[in-house]
This record gives sequence, structure tokens and C-alpha cells, in this order.
Amino acid sequence: MTSYTAIADQVDDSPHPGSFFTKYIWSQDHKVIAIQYSITAIGVGLVALVLSGLMRLQLGFPDTFSFIDPAAYLQFVTMHGMIMVIYLLTALLLGGFGNYLIPLMVGARDMVFPFLNMLSYWTYLLAVLVLLASFFVTGGPTGAGWTLYPPQTILPGTPGNDGGIILMLASLAIFIIAFTMGGLNYVTTILQARAKGMTLMRMPLTIWGIFIATILGLLAFPALLVSAIMMVLDKVIGTSFFMPALLSLGESLDYTGGSPVLFQHLFWFFGHPEVYIVALPAFGMVSDVLATHARKNIFGYRMMVWAIVAIGGLSFIVWAHHMYVSGMNPYFGFFFATTTLIIAVPTALKVYNWVLTLWRGNIHMTVPMMFAIGFIFTFTHGGLTGLFLGNVVVDLPLSDTYFVVAHFHMVMGVSPIMVLFAAIYHWYPKITGRFLHTGLGKAHFWFTFLGTYAIYLPMHYLGFLGVPRRYFAMGPTEFIPDSAQVLNANITISAIIVGVVQLIFIYNVIWSLFKGKKAGDNPWDATTLEWQTQTTPPGHGNWGKNLPVVYRWAYDYSVPGVKADFIPQNMPDSEVEKLAAEPDLPRGDNVVPLKEKPAGEDKS
Amino acid sequence: MSIFSKLAEKPWLAADESSLAVNGVPAYAPSGFPAKTALKFFIAVVSVLFFLFTITYLSRSQYPDFQALAGEPWLPLTNSLQLWLNTGFLLLASIFLQLSAKDVNKALNSGGEAREVNVLLIYLVLAVIFSIAFVFGQYLVWQQLSRQGFLIYSNPANSYFYVLTAVHGIHLFGGLLALVRVLVHFYRKSELALLRRSLGLCAFYWHYLFLLWLFLFALLTASPDTYNTIAAFCGF
Repeated sequence: MTSYTAIADQVDDSPHPGSFFTKYIWSQDHKVIAIQYSITAIGVGLVALVLSGLMRLQLGFPDTFSFIDPAAYLQFVTMHGMIMVIYLLTALLLGGFGNYLIPLMVGARDMVFPFLNMLSYWTYLLAVLVLLASFFVTGGPTGAGWTLYPPQTILPGTPGNDGGIILMLASLAIFIIAFTMGGLNYVTTILQARAKGMTLMRMPLTIWGIFIATILGLLAFPALLVSAIMMVLDKVIGTSFFMPALLSLGESLDYTGGSPVLFQHLFWFFGHPEVYIVALPAFGMVSDVLATHARKNIFGYRMMVWAIVAIGGLSFIVWAHHMYVSGMNPYFGFFFATTTLIIAVPTALKVYNWVLTLWRGNIHMTVPMMFAIGFIFTFTHGGLTGLFLGNVVVDLPLSDTYFVVAHFHMVMGVSPIMVLFAAIYHWYPKITGRFLHTGLGKAHFWFTFLGTYAIYLPMHYLGFLGVPRRYFAMGPTEFIPDSAQVLNANITISAIIVGVVQLIFIYNVIWSLFKGKKAGDNPWDATTLEWQTQTTPPGHGNWGKNLPVVYRWAYDYSVPGVKADFIPQNMPDSEVEKLAAEPDLPRGDNVVPLKEKPAGEDKS
Repeated sequence: MSIFSKLAEKPWLAADESSLAVNGVPAYAPSGFPAKTALKFFIAVVSVLFFLFTITYLSRSQYPDFQALAGEPWLPLTNSLQLWLNTGFLLLASIFLQLSAKDVNKALNSGGEAREVNVLLIYLVLAVIFSIAFVFGQYLVWQQLSRQGFLIYSNPANSYFYVLTAVHGIHLFGGLLALVRVLVHFYRKSELALLRRSLGLCAFYWHYLFLLWLFLFALLTASPDTYNTIAAFCGF
């Protein structure tokens, strides 16, 4: 054992950056990197949002827009999916919120490897630029669908089968390198740089979610890397990893007997954990938002932690439920349907615990709380349709229909986005020192929440009718009634309204940066460490001279016998006793004073 | 404390003074060297990467067009002398790194005597040289293969050989960059304690890469009987 000093015992000797460049551009401060990550992710996410709008225009009003041809449509579908899943959600949840919250919530000065952290962001930016470059090469971006299934992905006939697909695969590989650098930082910081007293089971659930999601990412992204490497070689050099012997446009190609299904296995070995890479941080953040704004400890903290760990483990053995129709061995279907139904158990536990956290809580209907409660609705709906699709016999007729589109958008599109909005409205006061505008926030919430239902609820019915996904136009298809087109037009109008409404949010973020109401250090009266910094926004090094010391878990809300309805994690018991005697506590002016607690409620 | 008892803690109860606190101040803070934790996770990531390559190798090997590179007298890797030589180079690099990590300990204990520090430098340079010899040796094997017509695209077995050795080589190259950084530290006469930590990590990584190479060596030169048996065992 070396004579290494634990990080929590080290003094702050890090040089504080002086110039504009080292402070805001080549910054190694986790907070600046987090904002860089977030702005890039939201920027590229807006591109994907516009692409989805274009897609919907074609579906809602076919033969109206001459600039959307079938190839362009497929390119929009592909780029929309890939950007949203990887370059927006993964990057924003882990690169953005992970970076911002981990050091602040565990009581560290920064990530343990700040330089690597900076490198991670710039590599991510490179990945985004390479991806966007594919819009400008001959043939445009790939139109193979976000799953990039061979052999069609790299064959003539698929849009973007030359430069587009190569840039896509290169960009994914670069992204994975960026993620690995960031991910190693996150797990090491959580394991090694926690403040004194911050045991694992005292960590907020946000950190648990990010921690397990990062481990999932570290272990799952290699599968995507392996498939990207092998597919690039198939395309560029002519190897036959995935490419079977085949005829293309009447000519026999040089490929010999490769296995396309092998690619599907690899892709979904990454793809399914990816769902939880996005979901687990969201689960964690929504738990903290719910507890804070309901002024109540999270129900079943230990169960929540165990559920996160269990979901993380199980997520690696459910991948082939995406492949029931791929022609794999039918016995696999039995196995994967079983594991899929098992993973629903810890997930359902979490939903029950969120609802029970709200039960008899002192609910403050703030904007973050509205988004958090909205998440419980959208996630439950998306999760329930997952139970249908997880069963082989139900999945077969529904496979590749709009039912699937509706399911996965509800469960891993809308739901994490709801949490992301909740998180942005919740932590914006810490990041900038000002509140987002409440009225605009509520308008944003209702349009988004009801709007997403207007979009995705009808899609379930389209799925029941058998309307296939990814089709440019239905044409005269016998089993699809004309009314399906009416639904499609309505969905498109809703989608465009929801898309445009996001401008309110963007406006709010920019307006509030300058004109928003001042928030103070701890506007929500929250217990976790990030709200206990000496300055808001926290300065470089986060904590001034001394690192915080943690005396309790993250959920001491409405503790009986204590006048204030929250006890910060870094408040020792002796201070709490003093607190009990004080008549009135200073509190943020946005929070309604706590009513008397109902009689008979105790804290166990 | 095991991970299970940690996960069984009840954080909402008042902290157990004996385990968590000394004189009312929580004593618990994680100790240990962050880079070591990060390296262990990185090795886990690399292991998953090669595990997945291996799985696809086994699966792909069951298709009729797969022609192993060893097993019959006329196949190039049946006589794998050059690969054994390379294995020797990597082993030597690994050993010299271990020796240098041990030596820095000695130097630290003796108060940084010049003799030990010089020996340390020799070990380090030898480790770098043998690592480069390994990479060069692998390149020679590539050349031999392509001269004999075993090109990367002519058969999936060849493709796997080139890809796996290349990916392994890239990881060794990354390690070399880290090792060069240690040498820079050395010239800047950094603290011996820092050198000891860095060298310990390098040695750890080199041992891992050596074991990984042994595994790849066995896999890539396996005869059809061997990999067919393993593939059957895995259900392919």
C-alpha cells in the first residue's frame, strides 16, 4: 500500500485558471465541461428535432413536399434516431449532468482526471462534427435506419452507402473513445473522491443512477465499437464479417458467407443496455427531484439502489428481444422473453416507490415537479407496452409497426426528456444563480406533456392496424383504412406544435440567464451537497478551502422534531439540535412555508 | 466491508458511531490511488472488447467459408516461430517493467541512491525496446502472410488475424505513450513516489497485455478441431 492521501484529505492546491481560454474554452473545470457537453448535445438534438419534423411532414401530408424524396426520408429517420439516442441523450445525461453533478454531489473539487475530462469533451465534439459532415458528402448521410443492419447498410440502393455510412461508423467509434474517457472519470470519481462521511449508501440516487449507467456504458459500447470496426472493414477493404455471399443489382459481389444476424446480436448487446444508460440517470435524477419537491424522503431508498443495480445487471441479458423476427433460434425467444419480464420487476418497484414518495408528501407544484410527475405517466405508459412487445407471440404481429415506434418513444424518448427538463428546471438555479421563468416553464410543460400524448397515443392504434414503420408512403394498401391517414395528419400537426413549443424553452433559458429571478444558494431547500456550496454558481474547486463533511443520507426531509423541513447532508447532529430551537429559518422565497406535518406520521 | 454489507446499510438511521465516526466526525473517506481504479475499469473495458471479438470469431468460424490459418502443414501459422519470438519479446518487456517497478521501490527505500536509479533506467529502456520489437515482429508476420497471399479480405480467418493483432497492437501503443510519459517524468527528476505509482500501473497493464496476447495467440493459431469444439461448447 502506498502512502497515498485520500482525496477527501487533500488540500486545494489546484491552480485556478486565469485567462478566458483556460477558463471557458480549454477548461478542465467539470462545470464548464458539463455546460460545453450540454450545449453541444442540445444543439445537435435540435438538428434531430428538425429532422423528425420533416419526416412527419412527409407522413402526414404525402405528395405535398417535393424536396422529401424516399432517400431523404430514410436519411432523416436514420439520423434522427442515431442523434437522439447517442449524441443527445447519452451525451446530455452523462456528459452534461454526470459531469456537473458528480463532483458536486459527492463532495469533490473536480473529476479525478480533469485533463482527461476535457479531452473527452473535445473528442465528443469531433464525433458530432464527423457525424454532421456526412450531410455534406456525396450521397448524403446514411439512410440505413439507426440500427445499421447489414447487408443493406453498405450496398448500393441504400442512401448514403458510401461516404455517409463510413462517416457514421467513424463518428460512432470516436464517440465511444470520448465516452470511455469520460466514463472512466465518472466511476473513479464516485469511487475515490467522495467527501468524508459520504458512504456509498449515503449517495443521492442521481449518483447511483449515473454510476451504474456509466458502468453499463463502459461494458456495452465495446460491442458497438466491435461492430463498427468490422462493418467499416466489410465496406472499405472487402472483408466478409457480416456480409453474406449475395447478388446486388444483378451482379455477384465478392463477399463470401458472412453473418448479418451476428451484427444484430452485437448491435443489440450494445443497444439494449443503451436504453438503461439513458434511463438509469433519469431514474436517479427524477427520484431526487420528487423527494425534494415533495419534501419527503424517497420511499424505499435501499430498494431503489438495489433496483438500479439489478436493472443494470439484467440489461445485459435481454438484448435478443429486439430480434424475435430475425430468424434466430426460437428457444432464444423463450429465454429472452423471460429475462425481459423479469427486468420489469425492479422497474415496476421504482415506479411504485416514486408514487409512494408522493403519497402524503408536501407536494410543491413547481415546474421541475410537474415534469417529474409527467415522467411517471409517460414512463408507465411506455413500460406497459413494453410488456406486450417483450412476449414473443405478441411481438411477432406488432414487430416493425408503429406500435413499436410509439413504445420506444414513450419509454426512452419522451420519458428521459421529461426528466431532462425536470433536471434543467431544477438545477438551472445552481448552474446560473437564477430561476427559469415559472410561467413560461408551465406553458412549456403542458404543451410538451399533452403534446407527446397527442403524438404517440394514436401511433399505438396505427400499430394495431399493422401500419409499418420506416415507410416513405403507404400507397394503396388494402389493410390500412383511409382513417389512418387522418390520424397521421393529426400526429404531424401535434408533432410540429410540440417541436415549435421547445422554442419557448430555449427562449426561457436565454432570457433567464440575464433577467431571471435571483435564486440564492439553496432555493429549493434541498439536502444534497451541491446546494450547500459557498457561492452560486460554485467557483473553481467547488468548496473553497475545506471539503464538506457528510453526516447523513441525502433524504432528511420533514424530519420529526426539527423545525426546518430539511437537514443538509453536511450538517452535524449538534447543529440540528440548535436548528430545532430556532424559531424561523431563512429559506428561498419561492417555497411555500411548510404546513404542520400530519399527526401520526413518523420517519421509519 | 463487502459490497453486500455495504448495500445492506440503512442510511436513514443514525450512523453507527463505532464504524463511521471518530469523536463525532465521520472518518470514512475512500482511500487508494484513483489511477489504479481507472486502470482496472479500463482493463475491464478492453477485456469486453476482446471477449466480443472472440465470440464473433467463434460464431463466424462455423460458416463453411472459414479457412483456419493453422492446423495443416501447408498453412502459414502451423509453424509459428515468429509469433513465439514475438511472445518472448513481450514477455521480456513485461518482466523488465516489473523489475523496474521493483527497483523504484528499492530506490525509494534507500533514499534514492544513484546506482539503483541508473539500473531502473536501464530496465525501463529495455522494456520500451522489447515492446517495440514485439510490434515490429507482428508487422513482420503481417508481411509474411500477405506475401504468401493470405490477405485481409481473402478469408474471414485472415481478417480476424489482422484485426485482432492490430487492435492488440494499438493497445500496446497506447501503453507505450504512457511509458514514454514516465520516462519524461524520469528526466524531469520527479518524485520517486510518483514514479513508483506510474511504473506499477505500467507493469500491471503490460502483464495484462501479455496474458491477452497469449490468449489471442492460442485462439488465432488454433486448429479447426479446437475452435470447432469450443464453438460447439458455446452453442454455435
